[in-house]
Amino acid sequence: MAKPRAQLLQGNEAIALGALAAGCNFFAGYPITPASEITERMSREMPARGYPFIQMEDEIASIGCCIGGSLAGKKVMTATSGPGFSLMQENLGYACIAEVPLVVVNVMRGGPSTGLPTNVAQGDVQQARWGTHGDHPAIVLCPATVAQCYELTITAFNWAERFRTPVVLLSDEVVAHMREKVILPEAHEVEVIDRRQPSVPPDWYVPYKTDGSLIPQLANLGEGYRYHVTGLVHDERGFPTRRADEVEPFYNRLFGKISRHFADLELVKAHQMDDAEMVIIAYGCTARAAAAAVRIGRERGLKVGLLQLMSIWPFPRRQVEEALTGKRLALVPELNMGQISREVKRVNDGRTQVLRHGKMDGSMITPDEILGRLREAK
Amino acid sequence: MPPVHRSVVYDWLRHDKKFPHVWCPGCGLGILLGSLLRSLVESGLDKNQVVLVSGIGCSGRLPVYVDVNSVHTTHGRALTFATGIKLAKPELTVITVMGDGDATAIGGNHLIHAARRNLDITAIIVNNQTYGMTGGQYSPTTPLGAKATTAPYGHIEPSFDISALSATAGASFVARSTVYHITQLDQLLGQAIAKPGFGVVEVLSPCHTNFGRQNRLGSQVDMMKEFKRKGMRVERWRELPEGKRAENIPLGVLVDRDLPVFGQSYQRICDTAGKRGEAGK
Repeated sequence: MAKPRAQLLQGNEAIALGALAAGCNFFAGYPITPASEITERMSREMPARGYPFIQMEDEIASIGCCIGGSLAGKKVMTATSGPGFSLMQENLGYACIAEVPLVVVNVMRGGPSTGLPTNVAQGDVQQARWGTHGDHPAIVLCPATVAQCYELTITAFNWAERFRTPVVLLSDEVVAHMREKVILPEAHEVEVIDRRQPSVPPDWYVPYKTDGSLIPQLANLGEGYRYHVTGLVHDERGFPTRRADEVEPFYNRLFGKISRHFADLELVKAHQMDDAEMVIIAYGCTARAAAAAVRIGRERGLKVGLLQLMSIWPFPRRQVEEALTGKRLALVPELNMGQISREVKRVNDGRTQVLRHGKMDGSMITPDEILGRLREAK
Repeated sequence: MPPVHRSVVYDWLRHDKKFPHVWCPGCGLGILLGSLLRSLVESGLDKNQVVLVSGIGCSGRLPVYVDVNSVHTTHGRALTFATGIKLAKPELTVITVMGDGDATAIGGNHLIHAARRNLDITAIIVNNQTYGMTGGQYSPTTPLGAKATTAPYGHIEPSFDISALSATAGASFVARSTVYHITQLDQLLGQAIAKPGFGVVEVLSPCHTNFGRQNRLGSQVDMMKEFKRKGMRVERWRELPEGKRAENIPLGVLVDRDLPVFGQSYQRICDTAGKRGEAGK
């Protein structure tokens, strides 16, 4: 067997390659810093494989185009940053209510509005959860390394297909543009999940009737199962309804298909947590600084550990609770004014002191800043 | 054209969807629905191969009644979804149904870019000169001076000519008809569906409930009679002296030209990229 080849890859490139490994065969996007490299890479890769690639007139069109492609059976992705992510919110909700598998990459930059277009930030954490109107479930993943960009893109596709829901990959400018050495797995080593197809012939088909999984077996357009897709609340046949006895079960199923799998959806990485008295809870590029802070802190005799959140929505409640248990202090550094620290405080049982460290000057949080904050708190 | 038997149209309706439909009595959308069904039957298409895509508004409710693949999308975005469906499965016949506000206000950007791109999609734009579903606010096609619930003192903005806009933006096929000129409408829809590239059919339709009432245009029948009085074949209309044109509405095929179709151009790109071997190296 050939020796695995190490590559020097950028985070954005790793997302494009991860998408291809996951079976992505449709891409629509619109240029925006700092996400354009994904769209550019896909413009080369997709036609070479005979797959559709298109640059649309804006981000609303990009996500609409992706939803259309997904309904027709493709595994689709679009990539953007804050301003474009804002424009996508309405159709993100459409994908949610119409149960369309879809991967949206949001490479975070400084906001709101045009903000700091070329600087790093983590201000879209709550938007990724609550950006679209109406209550809805959300799945959001957050890479901190180039390798994780690759792995979590594959996870995003697998979960989008499995749960028939949009999955957001929330990267940031630092992770997107830095280069690291990675050894990508062989194609056969990658687990790929595809959406379930109808198990009954068209005559017996009721599109939104589900089994115990609560996930409908929606047919791809043009394959003999003619049914109705709508953003209106619909009955089991897909037709609009306002009947309370149909509306309530519909919402229960939409939430239930995700919430009954909460345990599977908690992705975290623990570093040096076994004997830790203090824990840093971090995600994205900030988790890199936190890992360095743990290393330096340990050298100085600080009993500090790190819990890196790779899934942030649904919030990995059980993992965070476990990490807080028995700790004197928890520090949540992030490039916003407290979007995840608020969640950590929410799940804290009150026995751990939870501190936030927010930064919004367009630069990374450094290991020294984190160590300084821990020292102050001691 | 041989007459299509009523039962054939009946066969293309969804019988598990409870009728009556949502439209007001006298609305032109039911007439358009019948016309579209007849043209689909005439085209000899397989129901499984047809996708009807709509946006939001009264027109947005049309696909749900038709026994094909139907997608009711968000306001103004029907063409973006349709673009994705057509790119994913070029063998499907993709038809969008939009209103004037849907296609030229909130979705105006998508309309001009879909026309420019010239993907093989048919866009039916039902122009009733108002936002009917929300109660009669002014749209981009509301005439100057007309009353609307958001223009109680009269409308002060010039209106879009949907057909001219689509033609200028690059559509292969542009036609206009009304829900009074049914035979012509049947034929134009059939032609637009058959034509490779982006085809637009602007269908003038009365909203007596929310536009006619505010502007004292009389009943639905009176508004239909206006279409009869003003409608004129475009060939005849072009021969009219300049001064007489404004009071008549040109109907029929306005543009029919062969332009590069996106799907074919993209296939060439795929062939070139594929030959170069592994991409990205």
